[in-house]
Amino acid sequence: MQAIEINNLTREFNGLKAVDDISFFVKEGEIFGMLGPNGAGKTTTIRILSTTLRATRGEAKVWGYDVSRKPDDVRRTIGIVFQDQALDDRLTAEENLDFHARLYGMKKSLRKERIKQVLNLVELWDKRNTLVKYYSGGMCRRLEIARGLMHYPRVLFLDEPTLGLDAQTRHRIWEHIKLLNKREKIAILLTTHYMDEADTLCDRVGIIDKGKMLIIDKPQNLKNRVGKDIISMRVSSSKKMVKLVSNFEWISSVRIYNELLYLVVTRADKRIPFLVTLAQENALKVHRIDLRRPTLEDVFLHFTGRTIREEEGSSRQRISAKIRSWRRK
Amino acid sequence: MRGISIQAIYVLWLRELKTFFRARSRIIGNVAQPFFFLAVLGVGFRSSMRFTIPEMEGLDYLQFLIPGLVGMTLLFSSMFAGLSVLWDRQFGFLREIMVAPVSRLSLVLGRIAGGMTTTILQALSILLVAHLFGFRLKGPLEFLLSVILMIIIGVGFVGMGVAFASKMEDMHGFQIVMNFIIMPIFFLSGALFPLQGLPSWLGFLTYINPLTYGVDALRGIMLDVSHFPLIVDFAVLISFSLSMLIIGAYLFSRCEV
Repeated sequence: MQAIEINNLTREFNGLKAVDDISFFVKEGEIFGMLGPNGAGKTTTIRILSTTLRATRGEAKVWGYDVSRKPDDVRRTIGIVFQDQALDDRLTAEENLDFHARLYGMKKSLRKERIKQVLNLVELWDKRNTLVKYYSGGMCRRLEIARGLMHYPRVLFLDEPTLGLDAQTRHRIWEHIKLLNKREKIAILLTTHYMDEADTLCDRVGIIDKGKMLIIDKPQNLKNRVGKDIISMRVSSSKKMVKLVSNFEWISSVRIYNELLYLVVTRADKRIPFLVTLAQENALKVHRIDLRRPTLEDVFLHFTGRTIREEEGSSRQRISAKIRSWRRK
Repeated sequence: MRGISIQAIYVLWLRELKTFFRARSRIIGNVAQPFFFLAVLGVGFRSSMRFTIPEMEGLDYLQFLIPGLVGMTLLFSSMFAGLSVLWDRQFGFLREIMVAPVSRLSLVLGRIAGGMTTTILQALSILLVAHLFGFRLKGPLEFLLSVILMIIIGVGFVGMGVAFASKMEDMHGFQIVMNFIIMPIFFLSGALFPLQGLPSWLGFLTYINPLTYGVDALRGIMLDVSHFPLIVDFAVLISFSLSMLIIGAYLFSRCEV
């Protein structure tokens, strides 16, 4: 059984397809990332999976339960961390968790034990009696992650888990997410529009744009698909070096630009020592050597024709704002 | 998701009470307002005003005002409690509640139970203030009947608040409800003036106002003076509360987060 299974899922808002014929699955214990710009359909997908929004067409199963036929079972099986904060800041951290636990029908002894467990996991146990209104943004996020775990869910949804947080806090939250994925053996579906987040955290990434899932693969494979690595090096004689490397089949192109030698290669990590040795054997001095690998940014550019940043604030976002206001009606 | 979860109702009730006792400014505001009404209007008018209506002969205006102010407190605090769904929506907490494996009916009942409890606490604190002004209930039976009445009125207006909040997108709606619903209901309820001898247009407006019957019944129990027979008051109030409960629960169950 898959943790999540989606087949040909579509959701329309006034004829506009927010989610357009999407299919994918998430394995048990896996961290799966939906990567895409704002308004791509990530949150809509999560809302359908968490039974707060109905699909127009298609099928979605969470832990084997159909979201439209067994919403109650689905709700018991999942934990969610919403994009916007959803804590009661007039309560303490512990009270927020206790509220959640009771709402999910947990027994008292289990509640106490689990609150301690999850608060320790996100390192907030010492602050358990502080009112949430005195929490920082990063602490709130960690508390929400802890809350999402309270009722032993099998699948955890993280909707933009590090949105609006500073770099240090983001790294800390990533550590927590990796840790809980390992300790709780829980499947995680996260959405993000940060390339580095998808790259660091996810076992597999699906690139979603304009409601469509364009491609799904491991981050490394995605990057390999897009392009090869680029090695740039400064040597005492670039021309001599060009001659030396002209016959290797793993080099697809050689270029000199600004005194620097650019080599487009496969598996650059293995080639660098070789190139250095080669240069030295031929009495060439290597002043510097650098390597650039394709990022998920390049992957996104490759599959959508745009960078993810260009997309911010574009028309698509206005459409997504429209969808949001329509939902409330 | 069907059925009622007692634990869910309890936890929502508990949350309402915890946050109520922490929001001191809200308590002070809700109690201070009727207190000033009582101190200024009540004391101010009592010396110069005398009821000319035969059945109210000899009744002090301050005495007359107290059940009205209890009604006012019930109206304001229970509507606020119902409308607090808006706050939850604004601060995202509504989502947390909505994705729990609990029926919407339990969620509504929990909120109504919580709102009603805090409302009654505030109404009772008005009676305590009134005590300082020399106001006394006749006996424990009258007290009990008053509390039952408070429950019925409280449930009705919490339900009404939930109904409005379920249909509103954001906090802007709150001011509209405040100015166009809560204020007119208060002023047209006979809380400040007797219903006898009103011009017909005003009389009509008070007759379709549920709080009129609440204030009238409170006056009937506390002062032995009522415009309608108590049985009529109770019948109107019970049907009002039940329909608000149903409408509130229905609209809340359909609202999207």
